[in-house]
Amino acid sequence: MSPMEQVPLWAAIPVSLLLIIGGLLCVTGALGLLRLSNFYQRIHGPALINTLGAGCFLIASMLFFTVSQSRPVIHELLITVAVLLTAPATTMMLARAAVSRDRRSHRPGVPPHPGQAEGEVHTGSRKE
Amino acid sequence: MMTVSIAPVLTFALICISLGMLLALIRLLRGPTAQDRVIALDMIYVSAMLLLLVQGMRFGNTLYFDIALLIALLGCVGSIAMAKFLLRGEVIE
Amino acid sequence: MKRWLPFPLISAFLLAMWLLLNETVAPGHWLLGALFAWAVPFFTRQMQPVRAQKVRRLVVMVQLFFVVLFDICRSCLAVSMVILGPAKRRQNSGFMTVPLDMQAPHGLAMLACILCCTPGTVWVELSADRRQLMLHILDLHDEEWWTHTIKQRYETPLRMIFE
Repeated sequence: MSPMEQVPLWAAIPVSLLLIIGGLLCVTGALGLLRLSNFYQRIHGPALINTLGAGCFLIASMLFFTVSQSRPVIHELLITVAVLLTAPATTMMLARAAVSRDRRSHRPGVPPHPGQAEGEVHTGSRKE
Repeated sequence: MMTVSIAPVLTFALICISLGMLLALIRLLRGPTAQDRVIALDMIYVSAMLLLLVQGMRFGNTLYFDIALLIALLGCVGSIAMAKFLLRGEVIE
Repeated sequence: MKRWLPFPLISAFLLAMWLLLNETVAPGHWLLGALFAWAVPFFTRQMQPVRAQKVRRLVVMVQLFFVVLFDICRSCLAVSMVILGPAKRRQNSGFMTVPLDMQAPHGLAMLACILCCTPGTVWVELSADRRQLMLHILDLHDEEWWTHTIKQRYETPLRMIFE
């Protein structure tokens, strides 16, 4: 066991908590990808990891290196900014791609263009 | 000051992330639509980035951070290109 | 001033990024970073990004940040419950349309970021006249409640900041 992992108790507790929460969120998000029944539901799974999961790990990493190297290490903020800016772009593009592919192949359960018709379209019972 | 080792927690986090990657891999292989595979792939490399961060904490080395930053910055490009391809059939118009 | 420093906020952000990447506040890095932060916006000004209004209402921005942080935590819990819960809870997902009053492009981009970062809601499509927004929601228990939440919690402060 390397001595690098040694941190004071007061820092070990929040770091451990954040790591455990982040790990559980990772499994939950992946489980969502597997268990939810169609693409529009599955797209909500990775959002768990992209925001709170990554956030937990990044804060834990900042805290750990700040304490163990006894100098402020906050460059993890750059990863936070990068993830928060790029993840929504991916999600939006994929959602649009899915909707337009479904419209092209005339699948049921896809709404018309916004503004043309009102009301909600349920996707809960769709299995694929 | 009393110091403790956080190695068990780091191992737990590594196992969780790997399990998440494995579950995403199952979705990647099963499909059924192309967009399902793309979102599974996107999730796999966000997980890979987190894996590198945890490894960095494990070895007490900030070198891993740079690789994680590269994955975070460039990982989205592939997913967006694939989403664009699914949307229009072309990546660059 | 405007001619030589076209985007002061982007320059400040680039300088901060440079210093964070190098993990130093040494004078040499301040100089290099400042050069970098000046040169990148200056030589790419031909691309003419859409300019936002002058940033104001700092208090509203900080307030919005904490509201979004709270909502992310809350909806993470809700989405985890839906995923891990019984199959019955996964039945009521669906698309809905929200009427929007905001026209500012930066505000809309920010709203898209907020909605995509919050688990449980995904921005799908905006109508051509920017009046109707289509969303997909994992737990669509009450359409009224979602419309009210989005308009009240996010759109109102964003309009105060960007319009």
